[in-house]
Amino acid sequence: MNESRGVLRALVALVSGTVFGLGLAVAQMTDPRKVLGFLDIAGPWDASLLFVLGAATGLYAVTYRFIRRRAAPVLDAQFHWPKLTSIDTSLVVGSALFGIGWGMAGYCPGPAVASLGFGNAEALWVLPSILAGIGLQRVSRRWLS
Amino acid sequence: MHHFTPLSAALGGLFIGLASVLLLWLNGRIAGITGILGGAFAAPMRENVWRWLFLLGMVLGAGVYYAWPGASVAAARQGFPPVLLVFAGLLTGFGTSMAGGCTSGHGVCGLGRLSLRSLVATVTFLLVAIATTFVVRHVLGFAS
Repeated sequence: MNESRGVLRALVALVSGTVFGLGLAVAQMTDPRKVLGFLDIAGPWDASLLFVLGAATGLYAVTYRFIRRRAAPVLDAQFHWPKLTSIDTSLVVGSALFGIGWGMAGYCPGPAVASLGFGNAEALWVLPSILAGIGLQRVSRRWLS
Repeated sequence: MHHFTPLSAALGGLFIGLASVLLLWLNGRIAGITGILGGAFAAPMRENVWRWLFLLGMVLGAGVYYAWPGASVAAARQGFPPVLLVFAGLLTGFGTSMAGGCTSGHGVCGLGRLSLRSLVATVTFLLVAIATTFVVRHVLGFAS
Protein backbone atom coordinates (compact mmCIF):
# COMPACT_ATOMS: atom_id res chain seq x y z
CA MET A 1 0.00 0.00 0.00
CA ASN A 2 2.69 2.49 1.02
CA GLU A 3 4.82 1.42 -1.89
CA SER A 4 2.06 1.90 -4.43
CA ARG A 5 1.38 5.35 -2.98
CA GLY A 6 5.07 6.12 -3.48
CA VAL A 7 4.84 5.12 -7.13
CA LEU A 8 1.72 7.25 -7.57
CA ARG A 9 3.46 10.24 -5.95
CA ALA A 10 6.34 9.84 -8.40
CA LEU A 11 3.87 9.73 -11.28
CA VAL A 12 2.08 12.83 -9.99
CA ALA A 13 5.42 14.67 -9.80
CA LEU A 14 6.21 13.79 -13.40
CA VAL A 15 2.76 14.79 -14.67
CA SER A 16 2.72 17.99 -12.63
CA GLY A 17 6.18 18.94 -13.87
CA THR A 18 5.11 18.26 -17.45
CA VAL A 19 2.00 20.44 -17.16
CA PHE A 20 4.13 23.13 -15.49
CA GLY A 21 6.71 23.10 -18.30
CA LEU A 22 3.95 23.10 -20.91
CA GLY A 23 2.38 26.11 -19.20
CA LEU A 24 5.64 28.05 -19.21
CA ALA A 25 6.05 27.36 -22.94
CA VAL A 26 2.43 28.19 -23.83
CA ALA A 27 2.72 31.46 -21.91
CA GLN A 28 6.05 32.17 -23.71
CA MET A 29 7.78 32.62 -20.38
CA THR A 30 10.54 30.48 -21.82
CA ASP A 31 11.38 33.45 -24.05
CA PRO A 32 13.45 35.97 -22.04
CA ARG A 33 12.48 38.74 -24.47
CA LYS A 34 8.83 38.21 -23.55
CA VAL A 35 9.69 38.44 -19.86
CA LEU A 36 11.84 41.55 -20.33
CA GLY A 37 9.03 43.07 -22.42
CA PHE A 38 6.93 42.92 -19.26
CA LEU A 39 9.68 44.16 -16.92
CA ASP A 40 10.54 47.06 -19.24
CA ILE A 41 7.81 49.54 -18.36
CA ALA A 42 9.63 52.34 -20.20
CA GLY A 43 9.52 50.44 -23.50
CA PRO A 44 6.47 49.20 -25.45
CA TRP A 45 5.09 47.52 -22.35
CA ASP A 46 3.75 43.97 -22.70
CA ALA A 47 1.38 43.14 -19.84
CA SER A 48 1.09 39.44 -20.77
CA LEU A 49 3.05 38.21 -17.75
CA LEU A 50 0.44 39.72 -15.44
CA PHE A 51 -2.08 37.36 -17.03
CA VAL A 52 0.23 34.39 -16.45
CA LEU A 53 0.70 35.23 -12.80
CA GLY A 54 -2.95 36.21 -12.36
CA ALA A 55 -4.32 32.99 -13.85
CA ALA A 56 -1.87 30.72 -12.04
CA THR A 57 -2.22 32.44 -8.67
CA GLY A 58 -5.97 32.84 -9.03
CA LEU A 59 -6.53 29.15 -9.71
CA TYR A 60 -4.18 28.23 -6.85
CA ALA A 61 -5.88 30.62 -4.42
CA VAL A 62 -9.38 29.31 -5.18
CA THR A 63 -8.41 25.62 -4.92
CA TYR A 64 -6.20 26.16 -1.89
CA ARG A 65 -9.25 27.10 0.17
CA PHE A 66 -10.57 23.57 -0.34
CA ILE A 67 -7.27 21.70 -0.16
CA ARG A 68 -6.30 23.26 3.17
CA ARG A 69 -9.37 21.74 4.85
CA ARG A 70 -7.92 18.27 4.32
CA ALA A 71 -5.93 16.69 7.13
CA ALA A 72 -3.45 15.33 4.60
CA PRO A 73 -2.84 15.25 0.86
CA VAL A 74 -4.35 12.35 -1.10
CA LEU A 75 -1.11 10.40 -1.46
CA ASP A 76 0.95 11.33 1.60
CA ALA A 77 0.63 11.33 5.39
CA GLN A 78 1.04 15.09 5.75
CA PHE A 79 1.37 18.36 3.89
CA HIS A 80 4.92 19.66 3.50
CA TRP A 81 4.21 23.33 4.22
CA PRO A 82 7.02 25.89 4.13
CA LYS A 83 8.55 26.19 7.59
CA LEU A 84 9.46 29.86 7.46
CA THR A 85 6.83 32.53 7.97
CA SER A 86 8.85 35.51 9.21
CA ILE A 87 9.66 38.56 7.13
CA ASP A 88 13.37 39.09 7.63
CA THR A 89 16.47 40.56 6.00
CA SER A 90 17.26 37.34 4.12
CA LEU A 91 13.84 37.42 2.47
CA VAL A 92 14.17 40.99 1.27
CA VAL A 93 17.88 40.95 0.35
CA GLY A 94 17.56 37.58 -1.37
CA SER A 95 14.52 38.70 -3.35
CA ALA A 96 16.33 41.90 -4.36
CA LEU A 97 19.36 39.92 -5.60
CA PHE A 98 17.02 37.68 -7.56
CA GLY A 99 15.32 40.76 -9.01
CA ILE A 100 18.67 42.03 -10.32
CA GLY A 101 19.40 38.69 -11.98
CA TRP A 102 15.88 38.38 -13.40
CA GLY A 103 15.80 41.93 -14.77
CA MET A 104 19.25 41.54 -16.30
CA ALA A 105 18.78 38.40 -18.39
CA GLY A 106 15.04 37.59 -18.25
CA TYR A 107 15.30 34.15 -16.66
CA CYS A 108 13.75 33.00 -13.43
CA PRO A 109 14.55 29.41 -12.36
CA GLY A 110 11.49 27.70 -13.92
CA PRO A 111 12.06 28.89 -17.49
CA ALA A 112 15.79 28.19 -17.12
CA VAL A 113 14.93 24.52 -16.46
CA ALA A 114 12.22 24.30 -19.11
CA SER A 115 14.55 25.83 -21.70
CA LEU A 116 16.52 22.59 -21.69
CA GLY A 117 13.52 21.13 -23.53
CA PHE A 118 14.35 22.86 -26.79
CA GLY A 119 17.41 24.19 -28.56
CA ASN A 120 18.14 27.22 -26.43
CA ALA A 121 21.88 27.55 -25.90
CA GLU A 122 21.38 30.30 -23.29
CA ALA A 123 19.99 27.74 -20.84
CA LEU A 124 23.37 26.01 -20.84
CA TRP A 125 24.85 29.17 -19.30
CA VAL A 126 21.96 30.21 -17.09
CA LEU A 127 20.92 26.95 -15.46
CA PRO A 128 24.38 25.84 -14.21
CA SER A 129 24.91 29.38 -12.91
CA ILE A 130 21.62 29.27 -11.01
CA LEU A 131 22.59 25.90 -9.53
CA ALA A 132 26.00 27.29 -8.56
CA GLY A 133 24.30 30.28 -6.93
CA ILE A 134 21.97 28.05 -4.93
CA GLY A 135 24.95 25.88 -3.90
CA LEU A 136 27.02 28.91 -2.86
CA GLN A 137 24.16 30.26 -0.78
CA ARG A 138 23.60 26.93 0.97
CA VAL A 139 27.31 26.59 1.76
CA SER A 140 27.64 30.18 3.02
CA ARG A 141 24.54 29.75 5.16
CA ARG A 142 26.11 26.72 6.79
CA TRP A 143 29.33 28.64 7.48
CA LEU A 144 27.51 31.59 9.00
CA SER A 145 25.37 29.55 11.32
CA MET B 1 8.00 41.99 -32.32
CA HIS B 2 6.53 41.17 -28.94
CA HIS B 3 2.83 41.68 -28.78
CA PHE B 4 0.40 41.56 -25.94
CA THR B 5 -0.85 37.95 -25.79
CA PRO B 6 -3.39 37.79 -22.96
CA LEU B 7 -5.06 34.54 -24.08
CA SER B 8 -1.97 32.34 -24.38
CA ALA B 9 -0.61 34.00 -21.23
CA ALA B 10 -3.75 33.18 -19.23
CA LEU B 11 -3.91 29.66 -20.67
CA GLY B 12 -0.25 29.04 -19.80
CA GLY B 13 -0.89 30.50 -16.35
CA LEU B 14 -3.83 28.11 -15.86
CA PHE B 15 -1.55 25.17 -16.72
CA ILE B 16 1.06 26.40 -14.23
CA GLY B 17 -1.64 26.84 -11.59
CA LEU B 18 -3.14 23.42 -12.32
CA ALA B 19 0.28 21.75 -12.06
CA SER B 20 0.91 23.47 -8.71
CA VAL B 21 -2.55 22.53 -7.41
CA LEU B 22 -2.07 18.86 -8.37
CA LEU B 23 1.26 18.73 -6.56
CA LEU B 24 -0.26 20.21 -3.40
CA TRP B 25 -3.55 18.29 -3.40
CA LEU B 26 -2.09 14.87 -4.22
CA ASN B 27 1.49 15.01 -2.88
CA GLY B 28 1.27 17.84 -0.34
CA ARG B 29 4.23 19.63 -1.92
CA ILE B 30 4.83 23.25 -2.91
CA ALA B 31 5.66 23.67 -6.60
CA GLY B 32 8.57 26.05 -6.01
CA ILE B 33 11.27 25.58 -8.61
CA THR B 34 14.08 27.01 -6.47
CA GLY B 35 13.24 24.67 -3.60
CA ILE B 36 12.93 21.70 -5.95
CA LEU B 37 16.25 22.51 -7.65
CA GLY B 38 18.10 23.01 -4.36
CA GLY B 39 16.53 19.97 -2.73
CA ALA B 40 17.29 17.77 -5.74
CA PHE B 41 20.97 17.97 -4.89
CA ALA B 42 20.75 18.23 -1.11
CA ALA B 43 18.14 15.81 0.21
CA PRO B 44 18.79 12.04 0.48
CA MET B 45 18.19 10.35 -2.88
CA ARG B 46 15.22 8.36 -1.62
CA GLU B 47 13.25 11.51 -0.80
CA ASN B 48 14.46 13.10 -3.97
CA VAL B 49 13.02 11.05 -6.77
CA TRP B 50 9.92 13.24 -7.06
CA ARG B 51 12.04 16.37 -7.47
CA TRP B 52 14.02 14.89 -10.37
CA LEU B 53 10.82 13.60 -11.98
CA PHE B 54 9.20 17.02 -11.66
CA LEU B 55 12.24 18.68 -13.27
CA LEU B 56 12.31 16.06 -16.02
CA GLY B 57 8.61 16.72 -16.61
CA MET B 58 9.26 20.46 -16.98
CA VAL B 59 11.82 19.79 -19.69
CA LEU B 60 9.48 17.32 -21.42
CA GLY B 61 6.46 19.62 -21.21
CA ALA B 62 8.30 22.56 -22.78
CA GLY B 63 9.95 20.21 -25.29
CA VAL B 64 6.62 18.77 -26.42
CA TYR B 65 5.22 22.25 -26.97
CA TYR B 66 8.19 23.36 -29.03
CA ALA B 67 8.23 20.12 -31.04
CA TRP B 68 4.51 20.38 -31.76
CA PRO B 69 3.89 20.86 -35.50
CA GLY B 70 2.51 24.30 -36.12
CA ALA B 71 3.30 25.68 -32.68
CA SER B 72 4.22 29.33 -33.03
CA VAL B 73 7.55 29.68 -31.34
CA ALA B 74 10.08 32.46 -31.60
CA ALA B 75 13.67 31.60 -32.45
CA ALA B 76 16.05 31.71 -29.49
CA ARG B 77 17.60 35.06 -28.63
CA GLN B 78 21.00 35.50 -30.27
CA GLY B 79 24.05 37.42 -29.21
CA PHE B 80 23.23 38.00 -25.55
CA PRO B 81 26.60 38.05 -23.73
CA PRO B 82 27.23 34.76 -21.85
CA VAL B 83 28.99 36.69 -19.08
CA LEU B 84 25.71 38.46 -18.31
CA LEU B 85 23.84 35.14 -18.40
CA VAL B 86 26.30 33.69 -15.88
CA PHE B 87 26.23 36.75 -13.61
CA ALA B 88 22.43 36.89 -13.73
CA GLY B 89 22.19 33.16 -13.06
CA LEU B 90 24.47 33.36 -10.02
CA LEU B 91 22.48 36.27 -8.55
CA THR B 92 19.20 34.45 -9.28
CA GLY B 93 20.31 31.20 -7.66
CA PHE B 94 21.90 32.88 -4.64
CA GLY B 95 19.00 35.28 -4.17
CA THR B 96 16.15 32.82 -4.54
CA SER B 97 17.88 30.36 -2.22
CA MET B 98 18.39 33.13 0.36
CA ALA B 99 14.76 34.24 0.05
CA GLY B 100 13.46 30.67 0.05
CA GLY B 101 11.59 30.96 -3.23
CA CYS B 102 11.21 32.55 -6.64
CA THR B 103 8.39 33.41 -9.02
CA SER B 104 6.76 29.99 -8.53
CA GLY B 105 7.23 29.30 -4.80
CA HIS B 106 6.62 32.86 -3.57
CA GLY B 107 4.80 34.20 -6.62
CA VAL B 108 2.23 31.54 -7.50
CA CYS B 109 2.03 29.22 -4.47
CA GLY B 110 2.83 31.81 -1.78
CA LEU B 111 0.49 34.50 -3.08
CA GLY B 112 -2.14 31.80 -3.64
CA ARG B 113 -1.91 30.90 0.05
CA LEU B 114 -2.16 34.62 0.94
CA SER B 115 1.25 34.47 2.63
CA LEU B 116 2.47 37.91 3.70
CA ARG B 117 6.06 36.68 3.52
CA SER B 118 5.57 35.72 -0.12
CA LEU B 119 3.86 39.02 -0.89
CA VAL B 120 6.88 40.91 0.45
CA ALA B 121 9.22 38.69 -1.61
CA THR B 122 7.17 39.04 -4.81
CA VAL B 123 6.80 42.82 -4.59
CA THR B 124 10.54 43.11 -3.85
CA PHE B 125 11.81 41.01 -6.76
CA LEU B 126 9.30 42.51 -9.18
CA LEU B 127 10.21 46.11 -8.34
CA VAL B 128 13.96 45.39 -8.36
CA ALA B 129 13.67 43.51 -11.66
CA ILE B 130 11.73 46.40 -13.24
CA ALA B 131 14.39 48.86 -12.01
CA THR B 132 17.21 46.60 -13.25
CA THR B 133 15.66 46.22 -16.70
CA PHE B 134 15.28 49.98 -16.86
CA VAL B 135 18.94 50.55 -16.00
CA VAL B 136 20.22 47.84 -18.36
CA ARG B 137 18.10 48.94 -21.31
CA HIS B 138 17.64 52.66 -20.94
CA VAL B 139 20.60 53.87 -18.85
CA LEU B 140 23.34 51.53 -20.06
CA GLY B 141 21.62 51.36 -23.44
CA PHE B 142 21.94 47.62 -23.70
CA ALA B 143 19.00 46.38 -25.75
CA SER B 144 18.30 42.67 -25.82
